[in-house]
Amino acid sequence: MPAPAERRLIFKHIDRPGYTPDIECYLRHGGYEQLKKAVTMKPADLINEVKVSGLRGRGGAGFSCGLKWSFIDPAKNTKPVYLICNADESEPGTFKDRQILHKDPHQMIEGMIISCFANHAHLAYIYIRGEFPHGARLLEKCLAEAKAKNFLGQDILGTGYDLEIYVHRGAGAYICGEETGLIESLEGKRAYPRIKPPYFPAVLGLYMSPTIVNNVETLCNVKHIVEMGGAAFAKIGKPNNTGTRVLCVSGDVVKPGYYEFEVGALTLGELIYDVCGGIRNGRKLKAVIPGGSSAKVLRAGEKYKIKQKGADGAMAEKEITLDEVPLDFDTMAAVGSMAGSGGVIVMDDSRNMVQCLANIAEFYAHESCGQCTPCREGSLWMKKITTRLAAGEIHANDPALLKSVADNIAGRTICAFGEACAWPVQSFLAKFPEEFAAPPSPAPAAAPAQAQAQPAARG
Amino acid sequence: MSVLVKNPFNHDIPAADTPLVNVQLNGAWIQVPKGTNVVEVARKNEAFLPHYCYHPKLSIPGNCRMCLFEMGTPKLDAERKPVVGADGKPEIAWMPRPQIGCATNVTEGMGIRTDSPLAEECRKGVMEFLLINHPLDCPICDQAGECKLQEFSYDYGQAGSRFTEHKVTKPKRVDIGERIVLDDERCIMCSRCVRFAKEMVHDDVLGFTERGSHTTLAIHPGKRFDSNYSLNTVDICPVGALTSKDFRFKMRVWFLKETKSVCTGCATGCNIVIGSREKTIYRYTPRVNEEVNSHWMCDQGRLGFHYAHDPARLTVPEARAGGGFFPASWPDALAQIGARLKAFIPSQIALVASARLTNEDLFMLASLRGALGGEGVRSDVVRRVGQADGILRSADLNPNTAGARLMRLGGDGADLSDIAEAIERGLVKALIVTHEDAVAAGIPAATLGKLDLLVYVGLLPNATAEWAHFRLPGAAPMEKRGSMINAQGRLQRLNKALAAPGAAREDWEIFRDLKSAVGGGNGIHSIEEVFKAMAAAHPEFSGWSLSKIGDGGVPFLPPAPAPGAPTQGTAPARPADLVPLVNPAKPA
Repeated sequence: MPAPAERRLIFKHIDRPGYTPDIECYLRHGGYEQLKKAVTMKPADLINEVKVSGLRGRGGAGFSCGLKWSFIDPAKNTKPVYLICNADESEPGTFKDRQILHKDPHQMIEGMIISCFANHAHLAYIYIRGEFPHGARLLEKCLAEAKAKNFLGQDILGTGYDLEIYVHRGAGAYICGEETGLIESLEGKRAYPRIKPPYFPAVLGLYMSPTIVNNVETLCNVKHIVEMGGAAFAKIGKPNNTGTRVLCVSGDVVKPGYYEFEVGALTLGELIYDVCGGIRNGRKLKAVIPGGSSAKVLRAGEKYKIKQKGADGAMAEKEITLDEVPLDFDTMAAVGSMAGSGGVIVMDDSRNMVQCLANIAEFYAHESCGQCTPCREGSLWMKKITTRLAAGEIHANDPALLKSVADNIAGRTICAFGEACAWPVQSFLAKFPEEFAAPPSPAPAAAPAQAQAQPAARG
Repeated sequence: MSVLVKNPFNHDIPAADTPLVNVQLNGAWIQVPKGTNVVEVARKNEAFLPHYCYHPKLSIPGNCRMCLFEMGTPKLDAERKPVVGADGKPEIAWMPRPQIGCATNVTEGMGIRTDSPLAEECRKGVMEFLLINHPLDCPICDQAGECKLQEFSYDYGQAGSRFTEHKVTKPKRVDIGERIVLDDERCIMCSRCVRFAKEMVHDDVLGFTERGSHTTLAIHPGKRFDSNYSLNTVDICPVGALTSKDFRFKMRVWFLKETKSVCTGCATGCNIVIGSREKTIYRYTPRVNEEVNSHWMCDQGRLGFHYAHDPARLTVPEARAGGGFFPASWPDALAQIGARLKAFIPSQIALVASARLTNEDLFMLASLRGALGGEGVRSDVVRRVGQADGILRSADLNPNTAGARLMRLGGDGADLSDIAEAIERGLVKALIVTHEDAVAAGIPAATLGKLDLLVYVGLLPNATAEWAHFRLPGAAPMEKRGSMINAQGRLQRLNKALAAPGAAREDWEIFRDLKSAVGGGNGIHSIEEVFKAMAAAHPEFSGWSLSKIGDGGVPFLPPAPAPGAPTQGTAPARPADLVPLVNPAKPA
C-alpha cells in the first residue's frame, strides 16, 4: 500500500496486485507507448526535453542527465556511441533499482531504448551486479520479449533504427558501480576506475568511444519525461531538484522499505515518523545517514542554517532542525551530507556509533579496488583502527589519527571511492566525538599484547 | 631523431614543433611546450615532483598519487577575461583539490605549485600510506640505496610511525621468471612492471589479484615472465619487489663503482652502466640514450659479463714447449713471435680478427698487418648472426662489425674458408687468431695442426688455443677504454671498469708490441695516441677523440645493412649456418 503523500511515478505499478514483469502486462499498462512516440521525434529534441526536465542522475552524484547527454556532439563524433545502464546497485542502504529490475524491468528497458535512440547509440549494455542473478535472468527474458515485438533489434518499429542491448553480470565488486570502473570491467579488465582527465566516459569511454552511463532509475525517468514533456516533469519536485525520488529507508524504523516522493516534498522527520512509523521499540532517533552509507551522517538534535526563498521571494537564512530537512539534492548538500543514492539509514539511541562506523569501514576496506595508494592503504587502516576502537581499545590520540587518515584520502584518489570511505569516518568523528574519546581512566591504557610482541615498525 | 627502440610512449620528449605556453611554476613564469605533463615540466625546471607509477616511456595510470600538486587556472573576471595582477602577470585561481602531475598536461596560464603546504601535505600523506604495510626490511633488501621508497621517505616522510596495527602479509620469494624474483610485501602496486610487460614487450603475463590493501602482484597462472627483457622490470621497479636472481644478495649497491660503457652483446651497443667493486663486475644496468636503447637493454646482454670472471681465463702469456704450455714473460713471448713471423712472406701469414674488438684494437691489428705485408696478409673476422627481435637485439651479434670493415680486416667472414684452404694447401703457414675460436669458425683443428706458427690472443682457452704455439692473454671489453661502431653507424665509447686480470694486457698494446717486434718501434703509448694515429690513417675519425665521443656516442657512419643482405659488388653472403652461433655470454 502506498504510504500517504507518496507520488509513485517510477514505482507506479510495482507491488500492485496482479502486476507481473512480463511484456504483456507491461503493454496492458501502456508500455512502450512512449517509445513509439519517441521514435517519431528528433534525437536532438529528445535530449532537449531531458535537459528541460532538469532530471538529475539517481545513482548518487546527482549530475544533470541532459548535460551528460549533450557532451557528445553527433555532428563531430565519428566513433560509435555506447549507452550503459548502471544496474550495479551496491551502495549499502540502497535497494531501489533491485525493485525496478525485478518487478518492472520493461519500464527501464523502454527508457533505455529511448535514451539510446536520443543519443544515436546502437549498442547498449546493462551492467547488473553479480548478486542479482534473478534480475539478470529476467532481463534476458524481457529483452527477448522486446525484440520479438520489434521494440529492440533491427529496424525498430519500422524506423530503420537498430539497437542491441546485452546484459553483463558483474562478479561482486562495489567499485564496478563507479562508471569508469564499470567500463573497465565491461572491457574484461579489473574494475580499476580511470583517471579523469583524460578518460571522461563521454569522450573516451567504453572501447575508447563516447559512452553514456546512466542509473536504472534515471533511465526509467526518461520514459516519463517523454510521456509528460520535459517542462511538465520539471514542475514535479522543486527547481533544480525535479521529478520523484525513490527513498530506501532501513534501520531502526517501524516500517522500513522503499517510498517514492516528489523530490523535496517531505522532510526527513516526516519520512521517519509519518511514513515509516517512527523509531522502533519506542526508542529515540540518534542519527541518520541520508544517502547511502558513504553519505555523511547527520545527528539528531542538530540545527542547520540553510538559505531559503522567503514569501517575498528574497533569499533568507533559516535555521532548521534535522527533522525539518527537506529531502532534496541541494538541501542535503547544504546541511553537509548528500542525497546520494536515496538510501536512508536510521539509527536509534541504542546504537554504538563506534560499532556502526567500524561496520561501514569494514565494508569500504573490503571493497577498495586497491588501485591508488590513499584509498588502498587508508581504507584498511581505518578499518583496523575502528575495529580496535569497537573492541574497546581506545587510545587518546586515536580520534585525531583516524581523522587524519580520512583527511589524507578524501580528494586525493582516482575516483570518488576515496570520499565514500573517508566521509563516514570524518562525519562520525565530528558528530559523535564523545563516543570516540578514550575512556577517562587513571591507569594508562595498556598496549595490546600483540603490539608489544611486535613493535610498531616505522611507517 | 633516429631512435632505434620503439617506446610505447615518450612523455618526456615533446615534438620539436610543439608551441610553447606560459605557466607559473612555484611563482615564476616560464615557457614550456604545450601539453607536456607537469611531472616533466617540474623535472626540467628544477622543481622535481616525486612519483612512483609514472614512467616517461609507459602509459599513465595515475595510481601512486605521489605527484599530487596544487593546480591553478587563469582567474577570469565577469566577462570571462583573465584578471591581470599588479605585477602585470595573470592572476591565478587555485583549485582546492590537488591534481596528479603525471596526467595533467600544461595549458596556457596554468599555475603549478609543487612546494605549497597542500602539495607537501599530500606527499607526506601518500608516503605514510605507502609505508604502513611495507615490510621495511631495508637491511636485507637489494633495492636499499637505490629505492625510491627510501629516497622519498627521507625527503618527504615523517620521522615516526603512527601505525600500530598489524601489517598485511603477502607472498615472499615468488618465482615468476627465469631471472626475476618477486617479493609481494615490498610491492607498492605502481604497475610499472605490468605495463612494461604489456606495452613494451607484449608479454602480458603480470597483473594484480585480490583487492584493496591485499592487492597482490602475480603472474598469470601457468605462465612465466621469461621475456628477454624481463630484467628491465627490476630497473623500473621503484622498490625491492622485483629483484634479479643474478644480482640479489651479491653486493650493496652503494659500494658499486659505476662506469659508463656500452654493451658488446650485439651490434646495437646499448648504453650501460657497469657496476663493479674492486676486481669484480656485479651487474650491467641500462643507461638512458634516446638515440640507441632509450631506457632498456636485453637480459642476454645484461647478463653477458660473467665470462670475464671465468676462472679459466688466461692471465699470463704462454708458449708451447713439448707437449704442454709454459708461462713466458711478455718481452720473451713477443720477441719470439716477432722473430718467427719475420720468416714468412706476407701471403704465408693470415689473421682471424674479431669484430668484438674495439676500433683501437683493430687499428693496431691492422697496423701489425701492415708491418707484416699489408693486404697480402689474408684477414677476415668471424661472423655471428642471430635473430633481430624488433626491440633492441640486432641480427649481427658482433658489436663492432663496422669497425672491422673500416680497418679492412674483414666483415662477413667469407674469407675464413679461403684461409682454411690456403693452410691445407701449405700456402699459409702462420696464423694469428684474436678473441675467436678458429675451429668453431670452420677451420678444422687438423688444419690448424699444419701451421708452423699459430698465435692465439684471447681471454679463455678454446680449441684454437689447444693448437697454438703462443697464447697471449688479452682484455675483455669492460677492461678497456676504446670505441666501437654499432649497427646504426654510431661511434660509441667503452670505458674501463676494471683492469684485466693478472698479466693480461689490453689488445692494442699486444698488437703494438708485436708490430714493434716485427718492424721496429713506434711512439704510441696511450689509447688516446692510438685514436690519434687512427684518425690520421682513417679520415672518418679526424676531428674526433675518445673524449669528444662523449658518454652518448655520435652519429658516424651510415647504418650497416642487415647481416645476410647481399651487398652490391660482393659475392652473396654465405648462409648463416656455416658459422656457428656463439653465445655472446660465453665467447670462444
